[in-house]
Amino acid sequence: MATIHLNQVEKKFGDQFAVKPLDMTIHDGEFIVLLGPSGCGKTTTLRMISGLEAVTSGQILFGERDVTWLHPSERDIAFVFQFFALYSHLTARENIAFPLQAQGESRDMVKKRVNEVAKMLNIEHVLNSRPGSLSGGDQQRVALARALVRRPAAFLMDEPLGALDAEFRDTMRAEIKRLHIDQHATTVYVTHDQIEAMAMGDRIVVMSNAVVQQAATPTDVYHNPANIFVARFIGSPGMNLIPARYQGGVLYFDGGSVYTVPDDWKSTLAADLGSDGRVIVGFRPEAAQVSSEGQLVAKTYANDLHGGYTMLHLELDKDQIVHIRTNRETSYNIGDLVHFDVNPTMVRFFHPETEMALTKRDNRS
Amino acid sequence: MSNIRLEKVTKRFKDITALNDISLSIKDGEFFVLLGPTGAGKTTTLRVIAGLERQDAGSVIFDDTPVDKLMPAERDTAFVFQQYSLYPNMSVYDNLAFPLRSPMRQTPEPEIRTRVTEAAEKLRITHLLQRKTAKLSGGEMQRVSIGRAIVRKPRIFLMDEPLSNLDAKLRESLRVELKHLQKTQNSTTLFVTHDQIEALTMADRIAVLDDGEILQVGTPHDIYDRPATTVVAQLVGTPRINLLDAHIEDGALRVKNSTVQMPLPNGNTMPETLLLGIRPEDIRLGQGGEFAGKVILTEPLGVETIVHIRAGEQIFLSSVPGTAPYGVDTDIHFDVARDRLHFFRPDGVRALS
Repeated sequence: MATIHLNQVEKKFGDQFAVKPLDMTIHDGEFIVLLGPSGCGKTTTLRMISGLEAVTSGQILFGERDVTWLHPSERDIAFVFQFFALYSHLTARENIAFPLQAQGESRDMVKKRVNEVAKMLNIEHVLNSRPGSLSGGDQQRVALARALVRRPAAFLMDEPLGALDAEFRDTMRAEIKRLHIDQHATTVYVTHDQIEAMAMGDRIVVMSNAVVQQAATPTDVYHNPANIFVARFIGSPGMNLIPARYQGGVLYFDGGSVYTVPDDWKSTLAADLGSDGRVIVGFRPEAAQVSSEGQLVAKTYANDLHGGYTMLHLELDKDQIVHIRTNRETSYNIGDLVHFDVNPTMVRFFHPETEMALTKRDNRS
Repeated sequence: MSNIRLEKVTKRFKDITALNDISLSIKDGEFFVLLGPTGAGKTTTLRVIAGLERQDAGSVIFDDTPVDKLMPAERDTAFVFQQYSLYPNMSVYDNLAFPLRSPMRQTPEPEIRTRVTEAAEKLRITHLLQRKTAKLSGGEMQRVSIGRAIVRKPRIFLMDEPLSNLDAKLRESLRVELKHLQKTQNSTTLFVTHDQIEALTMADRIAVLDDGEILQVGTPHDIYDRPATTVVAQLVGTPRINLLDAHIEDGALRVKNSTVQMPLPNGNTMPETLLLGIRPEDIRLGQGGEFAGKVILTEPLGVETIVHIRAGEQIFLSSVPGTAPYGVDTDIHFDVARDRLHFFRPDGVRALS
């Protein structure tokens, strides 16, 4: 296994940037997720790491080894696309052994590795069966075992769960992560699904428009998004982002609501905002609580059950919808006024022009 | 708008029974969702109501009048499909006006103007009216498709997975808007989806369909809290419900291959072997918990953390609000909300409770 360094790696197609100069270190044993909407540059980045795509400029190191101009087969990586295709005429064991045999491993080695990976995925009892006679879940596990039976310097995975039914996707997501916890193989995983990224990544690299927007742990990306793009992209729904004006310790929203700014933010807002006090206020749906004494007031637009909870959609002003996560028995009629408050430790601020998160002054070094 | 009823409808394609003796009643002004996997018979149901498909047995009734003999155009339903079927070279305005200008309706232009303007405002596409539809984004096109259905004021809206082609963020916001629109217009809507979140969040009532048969009809609360079968139980809710083999021994309910056991709930006649269903949010972690287990995986989703726990040979999934401070291999205790357990017979049917 290896640490992967990307130094000022960039990719242009014609004069279009697919990836703007990018620096990134993927630590030995780390599970990194490249996350972003289609066209953001995540797959191109993965393909440059694998060698399937040549860099336009920059350098890629695996440990000390410069692999920038090496052929994919010389990089000692395993590239994983989708998991589902198995050879139907081979047994599960033969399917799993295939990549090792292709590599010319010894019979003993192949047997040992197949048994190990089968044990981890709980499929030892199906090793002599053909795929056609297995349940859907076991077929997926065999496919996963085949993809992960090798011990390369790094696993590179491109939306491997994309084609699966919801039913198997969540299960396989957990299996891959469990396998990673056991084996600690350096892994770069590409997805557009933020839930997958949150659930699996040691760190998430959020990309948009060929640029890394933030690289941080799931918790950090969720609670301390670097900018408005990340705040909106992560979470379902994303962070509430509402324009307001700051004046004398108070935020004024269109529609008439006010909110007293937590003391530890006041000096920051006073210093970092323009003279008009315009700011974007951010908070997660679960950071708000309905309360008759709440400072903010909004009109019910819709509310809906998500199973274990209810999501309230409130109109703070025309076309200004706020989402609040609340207990499952909550229900209002459209037009009902609802008062709510926002937990002062969970409120975030963004600059309206740069769209960057403001950093609390006391935290600055 | 109308009441719509299906009475004992059966539809076969050669030797495949797509709908098997289906009866449904959609009330005037109701948002009714058909939920089920691919091939369940959802789209066939829509097409039978619209008259695009002729049933082999049974009857389709609009407001107490059978419409089985009526042509699709005479039934006055409005379809919204997953693929936007817009005229690419016409402006958004002309696309919206198109159904009103049809020879059957021949609506006067001033009225067309009023209706198109109204619909555009409701769907927030007023600024796009003069644009050619080929120049629109996917979300905008689907708004126009929905707009083209609502200008008509049909007896029922038939929506066939209209949000499935959109990206996650757009789907989320259109879901909320569509529900708001339906509630403020009181339009009778039959909405087909395979996405349980769409069904739970949008529906007044849901019919769960599988293999041409209705498994359950109920409000989202009914479906989630009292699933009629294990298939329904597993279809709604993420993460999925924990479904565990259990049996009754010495007056206690014991989960197979695990240390989890509990006194039998009072007053229930239970089969000897059963499937125990526990929703992940009903497994609570903490010091006082009666059962012991080991954390084997955590999935931090931000708003909640999914904790995978091994107790004996069984794996339990618990969802915990916010960030959970448990590392892999931590020993923990947990409890289950006894009043929220689900019991199913071995054949998957809910046991009386």
